[in-house]
Amino acid sequence: MLGPVLETLIGGLMTGVLYSLVALGFVLIFKASGVFNFAQGAMVLFAALSFARLSEAMPLVLAFALSVLIMIALAYAIEFLVLRRLVNQEGIILFMATLGIAYFLEGFGQSIWGSDIYKIGLGLPTNPIFILESVFPGGLLIDPAELIAAIICAVMVLVLAVFFQVTRIGRALRAVADDHQAAQSVGIPLNHIWLMVWAVSGLVALVAGMMWGAKLGVQFSLSLIALKALPVLILGGFTSIPGAIVGGLIIGAGEKLAEVLLAPVLIRTFDLAGGGIENWFAYVLALVFLLVRPQGLFGERIIERV
Amino acid sequence: MLYREVGQFKTSYGADQAIFPIAQDRWFVFALIAFAFLAVPLFAGQYLYTEVLIPVLILSIAAIGLNILTGYCGQLSLGSGGFMAVGAYAAYNLALRLPQTNIILVFLFAGFMAMLVGILFGLPSLRIKGFYLAVATLAAQFFLEWAFARVKWFTNYAPSGSVAVGRIELFGITIDTPAKIYIFVLAMTVVLALGAKNLVRGRMGRMWMAMRDMDIAAEIIGIRPLHAKLSAFAVSSFYIGVAGALWGFLRLGSWEPLAFDVNRSFQVLFMIIIGGLGSILGSFLGASFIVLLPIFLNQLPTWLGIAMSTATISHIEFMLFGAIIVLFLIAEPHGLARLWAIAKEKLRLWPFPY
Repeated sequence: MLGPVLETLIGGLMTGVLYSLVALGFVLIFKASGVFNFAQGAMVLFAALSFARLSEAMPLVLAFALSVLIMIALAYAIEFLVLRRLVNQEGIILFMATLGIAYFLEGFGQSIWGSDIYKIGLGLPTNPIFILESVFPGGLLIDPAELIAAIICAVMVLVLAVFFQVTRIGRALRAVADDHQAAQSVGIPLNHIWLMVWAVSGLVALVAGMMWGAKLGVQFSLSLIALKALPVLILGGFTSIPGAIVGGLIIGAGEKLAEVLLAPVLIRTFDLAGGGIENWFAYVLALVFLLVRPQGLFGERIIERV
Repeated sequence: MLYREVGQFKTSYGADQAIFPIAQDRWFVFALIAFAFLAVPLFAGQYLYTEVLIPVLILSIAAIGLNILTGYCGQLSLGSGGFMAVGAYAAYNLALRLPQTNIILVFLFAGFMAMLVGILFGLPSLRIKGFYLAVATLAAQFFLEWAFARVKWFTNYAPSGSVAVGRIELFGITIDTPAKIYIFVLAMTVVLALGAKNLVRGRMGRMWMAMRDMDIAAEIIGIRPLHAKLSAFAVSSFYIGVAGALWGFLRLGSWEPLAFDVNRSFQVLFMIIIGGLGSILGSFLGASFIVLLPIFLNQLPTWLGIAMSTATISHIEFMLFGAIIVLFLIAEPHGLARLWAIAKEKLRLWPFPY
């Protein structure tokens, strides 16, 4: 019994890493500009579509470089056309604007790149690896593609952490996140910072899109994984990069385990037409966490004054 | 010159607190309601009824509901689709199991069930705020969607998972033609909208607005957050539940849980943002805008004489929809209701603007 459960756990953790990757894009933008960017999922789709179609015509490296350029151009367009014109608006207005951007990107991406299912061949190994064969009969199965995704994600988080802590731009980003006005008054150009942050989260979206695309194929449903990243976000806290990672792991593992352990019980007790509790379990799990810690696991403590 | 309150003296407290204090407003609203009841059936055709008028009216009720919660009480919710589903399935089950029930009672029951579920999912709002709450309400959306797809009792063990309603009858009259449906929906909308308008003008509305503007300050002056927030969730879910039941019974006829998915929640949210947060009128304007925009975008290529494949059209529709939403937010972030208010302000001074 323990073997399969452990296997599910590991599979869940690997999926969780991919959720974290999407959630990371949300966190970067929320931290730096207070925008709840619902378009992150659409950006993942758009980036993955660009990469998939470009890689059909040219080598992977070139396609990657071009996709990076496309995502930077997109960040510039969003900053110039939308954000700059909505400065000082309430959070909910900015949120709706990103919903509009999400619709636009979904339509735009599919009109220029096509709306079929595309494959991303990253040349990742596909043969499953078995570990701990001495402990469990038959060993535990691990998908090497997921393992590589996890490693890439870990590297990205490290790079981002170093970028935020050490570089000049990173410090400016943190300053903006702390206090817009104070940052502006010491001469940090807000527009540049926002452009930078959207570009970086565009890159994160590209990597996430490549990983998800390699796993599921590039298709419209990719934009829906944004909905899966939301519970990760509230669990970890909107403003915390480590939160996004830990939240992703908890949600990924939690929902897979729930599907295996809890769903059969629910089906038997309530006579259900099938399980599929993955869709809401993550949200309910996050909700329960929130009742204990309203700002998420690692979010900044909310201090309210009249 | 025409729109001016000069000379309209208020001589009683009742007159001072009237729902439309300015005579022109009052007459305009009366005229509009009379027009909708009497004149529209004279010229409206099948298409206008089923694709425009009925959806606009039903979704206006849902938008009023969400506006009470988000616009007046400040609790951002993405669970409207789920609450609409509660209303629709509650109404379906009551009509199925007690077929003799009056249809009005069925819709009220739908509202009450949605209200109970709404209060339950509103409980976290006492602890969670802002976008955290918005994501938490998505839990309601996904859980409810799942429950109606999986729990067989709700769909009366239908193998396909979709449910259909039978004949709808009110006082011996069968509501079957679009015209009758329209009149019925219109009557419901007028009653519910007037109710909401009065609710937000009164003690309760003040309480909600204080909560929205600053919850701690409201608490200090003696407004109980539990009472204020949960009553907003209750009233809002009631409206959304009734709208869901109307949508299922009179717009769709037969439906699956997919009809009330998260896109429906976003649609209703778009309506109140475009229409105007904290405005009953805005709910109507927003609902009209969001229902009419896709119809318009759909017809556009035909009018322009451009031949396109349906896939391309739907992608371009998505693009234009997103772009128009963004443009709109940039041009007027406070919604259509604000434009209306500005127009009225201008009209008061016209033709001498100084």
